[in-house]
Formats: sequence, structure tokens, C-alpha cells
Amino acid sequence: MEKFGFSLTKARVIDYDANDRSIVSYILEREPSLNLCIECGCCSAACTTGNFTGFSLREIHILLKRGENDLVRQKIRKCMLCGKCILVCPRGVNTRNVVFLAKQAFTKNEGYEF
Amino acid sequence: MNPHVIVIGGGTAGMEAAGRLARAGMSVTLIEKGKDLGGHLRDWYHLFPDRRSSDEVLEYLKGQISHQNIRLLTGQQVTGFIHKGNEFTVSTGNGDTINGDALLLATGFDLFKSERKEEYGYGIYENVITSADLEAMFRKKEVKLVSGKKPERIGFLHCVGSRDEKVGNIYCSKLCCVTAVKQAIEVKKIFPASKVFCFYMDMRMGGALYEELYKEAQEKYSVGFIRGKVSEVAVNINNRLVAKVEDTLVGRPLKMELDMLVLMAGMEMSEDAVRLAKETNLQMGENRFFKPADHHFGTNMGNVNGVFYAGACTAPLNITETISHARSAVTEIVNYLNTGRK
Ligand SMILES: Cc1cc2nc3c(=O)[nH]c(=O)nc-3n(C[C@H](O)[C@H](O)[C@H](O)COP(=O)(O)OP(=O)(O)OC[C@H]3O[C@@H](n4cnc5c(N)ncnc54)[C@H](O)[C@@H]3O)c2cc1C
Ligand code: SF4
Ligand code: SF4
Ligand code: SF4
Repeated sequence: MEKFGFSLTKARVIDYDANDRSIVSYILEREPSLNLCIECGCCSAACTTGNFTGFSLREIHILLKRGENDLVRQKIRKCMLCGKCILVCPRGVNTRNVVFLAKQAFTKNEGYEF
Repeated sequence: MNPHVIVIGGGTAGMEAAGRLARAGMSVTLIEKGKDLGGHLRDWYHLFPDRRSSDEVLEYLKGQISHQNIRLLTGQQVTGFIHKGNEFTVSTGNGDTINGDALLLATGFDLFKSERKEEYGYGIYENVITSADLEAMFRKKEVKLVSGKKPERIGFLHCVGSRDEKVGNIYCSKLCCVTAVKQAIEVKKIFPASKVFCFYMDMRMGGALYEELYKEAQEKYSVGFIRGKVSEVAVNINNRLVAKVEDTLVGRPLKMELDMLVLMAGMEMSEDAVRLAKETNLQMGENRFFKPADHHFGTNMGNVNGVFYAGACTAPLNITETISHARSAVTEIVNYLNTGRK
């Protein structure tokens, strides 16, 4: 049944303190190179998926760091783990492993299936 | 007899230092491998931050070295040196040796070889050029496409060969951001109807009047700035260049057609100086430039007593900094020769 009445619009603000950063912690323990990302977007520019869908690996990195996991969980399915992004990253981030570990963390911590 | 200082490299740093050393009463031999003095300065047109002509600075430097205490050796490359006690013997490519009491290395930098970033198409696509190529065009007053046509849209690509693990250079070359802005303004002056864009990761405008130049580029010349590192450049069927980037502030990939792309090539320790350092056990830092004895108090000294450094052989420096660094080297050398020799 439709719900009527008032509802509160979810605030746009990133609630840094309320957000859960266990996923990014899990990744950083295993792939510390994620910390080296400078958000230059070169990986996203090179990425075939990113050129056809709303997926940006650069954005995934920053969303993970902010604990915006709901967005990451949906978006990350699109990555093909092809590794093109690794070839261009000026900071030597092991980009593909970040995606791989993110999926692993969502499955381990939340029982989420990809 | 006056103490004898051998200055290696006749660019901005070497010329300024040689002049000052001579005036401080030293006898100086200035050795330059090229046939002319001036180093990279000779290749530039108008200088940031105030767009003074590089020829004017060159004239000043020539004035500095016109002194009876200075002996000039051009067309001779220093290939090594040895020292016994306090005396140095420098050897050059054609087999000569020169003795002196102290050495000043002012060997400068090499421009990053942009062919190494193959994905940007330098040496493959004819209208992909470097910042140095553009300066040469400015000097000849001939900025144009290979076809002879006027460029309508020009891109400047920051950080080519700098801040890039893939080429082994993690450092920032420090003056290519302001060079891009300076050149963008220059291009707009020649082609007021053109549109110019800078593709940058960070705008590093930390120098006297740099930020002002940046603002002027926006205010008077409508230069566009796109934040993202270009991943690759291709040519489309219209024979125009196409740059691919993520417009990170929008969060979407962007492609743009360009007539001309200028690569802001970084500064590297010169290959000659690397060879010289290895030959003579002079230490290089992690960025391969000569390693200073101390980052605060000893940027003119290294690991060998009596060997001094000046200019862009120690780090990417602009001309203002290079001249200051050469002057401080002179102070250190005079001090060493008067009191510091053990
Ligand atoms: C594209 C570009 C644009 C620039 N524009 C500006 C600007 O507008 N304003 C500004 O302030 N700065 C500018 N700079 C920076 C400027 O070029 C440097 O600050 C300056 O050239 C440093 O002077 P230097 O004497 O240390 O080195 P160099 O100019 O590199 O001179 C070194 C000299 O040493 C010689 N040498 C090297 N090894 C040997 C050897 N073994 N034996 C004998 N001789 C040797 C070389 O032939 C050369 O002549 C620009 C740099 C770049 C890359
Ligand atoms: S590994 Fe994923 S993010 Fe990287 S280029 Fe391939 S699809 Fe894109
Ligand atoms: S290319 Fe590397 S540094 Fe740039 S956004 Fe991607 S992961 Fe970060
Ligand atoms: S000065 Fe600017 S263009 Fe040059 S390396 Fe640093 S950030 Fe890149």
C-alpha cells in the first residue's frame, strides 16, 4: 500500500561521523596504495565502462573514503576488472585490487552478493 | 695568486655566479658544453611572471661575465674531475685538464622527453608540441599548425613527465603551471578568437605574481580550466586531435577536439650531470637532482668538500630562484676559500 503523509528528505550532507568506514578500512589494510590517490580522474578517463555508464573509479575511491557505501555497492558491479586503469594511474594505485577488495569486504561484512 | 674557481655550465646560474666570483676577486674559468652561453634561457621568449623578454635577462648575464678575471671555454663538456687534497682537476671531452681550488656545478636540467608519454602522441601527431617548441614558435613569431592554418582551439596539458610514477618522476616541476598560464595568454594575444584550455590536476601557482597571472588569464583572456589528467590523445576523421579526460569536478568523462596540444614537459636532472655524478661519486637525491648537504642550510653544497652547486641542477627552479641560488653559492665559495678549507 502507498504511504501517505510527511516524510523527511534525506539530507544531502555527507554525515562523516555517522557513516561507516569499515569497508575502506578493510581495503586499506590490504591495499594501502588507495591512500595515494589524488583524484586526478585518469583511471576514469581510460575506463571503457566509465565512458558508457555512470561509473567512475575515481569517484568510487572518494566515496569509499567518505563512507558513502550505499552508492559504492550499486556502482561497483559495473567494473569489469579489466585493469586498464592501472596502466595510467600516475600515483601507482593498484586500482583493480581496490575494486576487488571492496567487493570482498561487502560480502564478508554485510553478506552482500555481487 | 687569486684562488681559481671552475664553473661548470654556462646557463643563468653559471653566468651569474661567474660574474659575482670575479668581482669578489677570484679568477674564474667558465666551461660550457654548447657553443653559446645562456642555457635554456636562450630558448624562451617572454618570461613569467612579468613577461620580460628573455633577451633582456641574457644581456644582463652577458654584462655579468664581461670581466678580466673570467676565462671562457665554450664547446667543451666536462666529463669528470678528481681531487687531491684541496686541488681539483677537471677533465673535458676533448682530453684537456684544468686545475682549480673549488668547483661550482651549474649544469642545469634537461626537458623531459615527451615521447616517453606515448599516449599523448608527441612525435606521432604533428600538432602535438611541447612547451619548449611553443617558445621556439613565439621567438620566430610563427605560431601555426603544420598545415599553416591558424589554430582555433588549443589545449595545454599539465604535468607531462612530472608527478607521474609511470615515468619515475614523483616530484612536481614547479613552474610548468605558471608557464602554461603564461603561454595561454601569449597564444590568446596572437589569436584573440581562439579558445584555450588548460588540463590540470592541481594549479600550483605559488610564486610572486603567479596567482595574479592566473586571474588575468581568466579575466582578460577567458582561458578555460578543466580539472583532470588526460588519459590519451587520438586523431579523428576530421584530422583534429581528441583529448580524453575525466572532468573530475563534474564527475563525467569529457572528450574535446583540439587543433593544437601543448605538453607542459617537466624538468629532469640533465643526463650529463647524472653521468658526471656517477663518475665522481657526487650524491643524487631521490629525484636524481644533486643532493644538498642540508635542505635548509646547505643547498649549495653536496657530499664533497669544495664542490658547490647552483641552479636547476639541484631542483626545478625559476630564473629568479636560480639567480638567488647562484649568489648564495658565491657566498659559500668565498667563505670556503677564505676560511673553510681544511
Ligand atoms: C618551458 C620552460 C619555460 C620556462 N620559462 C621560464 C620563465 O618564463 N621564467 C622563469 O623565471 N623561468 C622559466 N623557466 C625556468 C628556467 O629555464 C630555469 O630557471 C633556468 O634555465 C635555470 O638555469 P640553470 O643555469 O640552472 O640551467 P640551464 O639553463 O639548464 O643551464 C645549464 C647549462 O649548463 C651546461 N652544461 C650542462 N652540463 C654540462 C657539462 N657537463 N659541461 C659543460 N656544460 C654543461 C648546459 O649546456 C647549459 O648551458 C622555464 C623552464 C621551462 C622548462
Ligand atoms: S578495471 Fe574496472 S575501473 Fe579499471 S578500467 Fe577496467 S572496468 Fe574500468
Ligand atoms: S588515476 Fe590513480 S590517482 Fe588518478 S584518480 Fe585514478 S586512482 Fe586516483
Ligand atoms: S607545476 Fe603544475 S604542471 Fe608542473 S608538475 Fe607541478 S602541478 Fe604539474
